[in-house]
Amino acid sequence: MLKIDNLQAEIDGNEILKGLELEVGKGEIHAIMGPNGSGKSTLSNVLMGHPRYEVTGGSVTFLGEDVMEMEADERARLGMFLAFQYPSEVPGVSVANFLRTAVNAVREEELSIMEMYRLLQDKMKIMQMDPKFAERYLNEGFSGGEKKRNEILQMLMLEPKLSIMDETDSGLDIDALQVVSKGVNELRGPEFSAVIITHYQRILRYIEPDRVHVMLDGRIVTSGGKELALELEDKGYDWVRQEFGSAA
Amino acid sequence: MPEDRTIQELGLDEYKFGFHDPEEYFFKTPRKGIDAEIVAMISKHKNEPEWMLEYRLKALESFFSKPTPQWGGNLNDLDFDEIYYYIRPMENQGRTWDDVPDDIKNTFERLGIPQAERDSLAGVGAQYESEVVYHSLKEEWNKAGVVFMDMDSGLREHEDIVREYFGTIIPADDNKFSALNSAVWSGGSFVYVPPGVHIDIPLQAYFRINAENMGQFERTLIIADEGSYVHYIEGCTAPTYTSNSLHSAVVELIAKPNARIRYSTIQNWSHNTYNLVTKRAVAEKNATVEWVDGNLGSKLTMKYPAVYLTGEGARGEILSVAYAGDGQHQDAGGKIVHAAPNTSSLITSKSISKGTGRSTYRGLLKVHEGAVNSKSRVECDALLLDENARTDTYPYIEIEEKKVNTEHEATVSKVGEDQLFYLMSRGLSEEEAMAMVVNGFIEPIAKELPLEYAIELNRLIQLEMEGSVG
Repeated sequence: MLKIDNLQAEIDGNEILKGLELEVGKGEIHAIMGPNGSGKSTLSNVLMGHPRYEVTGGSVTFLGEDVMEMEADERARLGMFLAFQYPSEVPGVSVANFLRTAVNAVREEELSIMEMYRLLQDKMKIMQMDPKFAERYLNEGFSGGEKKRNEILQMLMLEPKLSIMDETDSGLDIDALQVVSKGVNELRGPEFSAVIITHYQRILRYIEPDRVHVMLDGRIVTSGGKELALELEDKGYDWVRQEFGSAA
Repeated sequence: MPEDRTIQELGLDEYKFGFHDPEEYFFKTPRKGIDAEIVAMISKHKNEPEWMLEYRLKALESFFSKPTPQWGGNLNDLDFDEIYYYIRPMENQGRTWDDVPDDIKNTFERLGIPQAERDSLAGVGAQYESEVVYHSLKEEWNKAGVVFMDMDSGLREHEDIVREYFGTIIPADDNKFSALNSAVWSGGSFVYVPPGVHIDIPLQAYFRINAENMGQFERTLIIADEGSYVHYIEGCTAPTYTSNSLHSAVVELIAKPNARIRYSTIQNWSHNTYNLVTKRAVAEKNATVEWVDGNLGSKLTMKYPAVYLTGEGARGEILSVAYAGDGQHQDAGGKIVHAAPNTSSLITSKSISKGTGRSTYRGLLKVHEGAVNSKSRVECDALLLDENARTDTYPYIEIEEKKVNTEHEATVSKVGEDQLFYLMSRGLSEEEAMAMVVNGFIEPIAKELPLEYAIELNRLIQLEMEGSVG
């Protein structure tokens, strides 16, 4: 479904991704773990097509299509989604208005107002959100937890085929973490894949990954099953650096 | 417009102009430019009382004596000799929709007037060129004593009221353009709301200028008597012309004690129009005046709605939004004068600039000595859609009283790469994403407008932005 081959990318002339390899199959959930500065957020931005990052080599295909030449909105319509670590504020645009526009942008057929309303009610219930939340301006004055919930709400509304989650767990208390995880598990199935990017393994207690990858200095240095996450928790990232850092 | 006929008439006999029965013929001044003869002709054509003719002629002298302002926007290309100062488009005022000629109807249709009518908008006064051609007023208002008519009719039917208030808020010699308007004014609205009467449905007037090189000089006077309430809405859409056009209106509002007037405008002049408007209100004791002002289009707009808070406890609010696209300059803002104790005011200005467009906030906040416990707040936010766009802020503040509370806040923001990327990652195209940011930016103004106007404002801005994304 997603195939990343020897991906190299830079920002402002600094090389961040240095030949990254990853393959995510249909229905699979992968975790990418790594210390700060390993290039995790760059990876998520590059996958979604942030214009500030320059891809200097390698390829990314999604559902067999080369997405590197596509604008972010084309990737979204193809079924890709990025849950942002720091979502932007858009003053004056309500969550409901934004979601209505976004859902109709990615769907082939527009939903009626009533269908949209019901869909939003359902999904907000799953995310344990007050219906009034939909009337607030997008991310404006949201707490960290509200922003993350809102990202997952958008994911549930848009029903992507692949979700890239950029440190969605960071800064969440345990209750919020459970709600966010519930949202992800809601979509879990043969038609939904996810790449969970995280510093900590605790979110993986609620969303069980099929594969765990460790990222260091712009590359995936080792991969394994969910037990790898526990190993990292025990040994810390210093172990990874000692083991794989020399390869850099 | 049956342009041919007008030209024909022009060629027939110059003497006829101004002297034929206005109920039967089209009328246009025989030549471009302005002088006492033209002014007299307009007044005569309208069959005005002598005092109005004198008022016009005095104003004309004032217009000639004042230099063209050199502050604000660039007015050097504005040629006063290349403008027709009065055109009357049809025989008489339509009482009902059926009376309105087809081509005018079509124009209104494009502007969405019939929908507005269907939506049970109560009264529609619509100005086509210099004259109100369509005007309907709900029965109940008549019964309540509310007067809502074009200014020319107002002068005929309510001469005493007009004579008492006309030009008292904005004297003819206030500035060059108020002087010009005072000399050649035609059309506009006259509204009088008797004491205690609340008009819940907004009064609406739609107008546009259509003939090339024709100035539009409408004159509006609204008097809300004690404890009354009225919301007046004015919207303008003009097609594109090939040469410079001038719109110079004067709007005077008087809110008597405990009255409230809200005046909402959305203007979308063609991109070669000079839009130079003087708007001023007086709010007496515990009265409230609100200006909601949307400025799109035009080549240059200079407009600073003002509220003079002359009575204790009076309140003034100015909400202004401007969009300056390529080659346009929106020089807009507001003026508040606190001249009594316990008065309060709020100016909120939002501007959007794109390409070579330039938006300027120019505001005055003045607190006179003795206006104790006055509160005021000025907030101006500018949004730049790209690197070349420009915005300036000139917030003049003059405070003569110590016991006051004033706040001023100004922000300039750019539509950020991160913001666009965020919206695009949800499937919105770059244009859609840009439009969403802009619509959000003006939401605080749009939500103050009746729904259909808010939608139109958003739609107009979207149209202006079309093709703005490279």
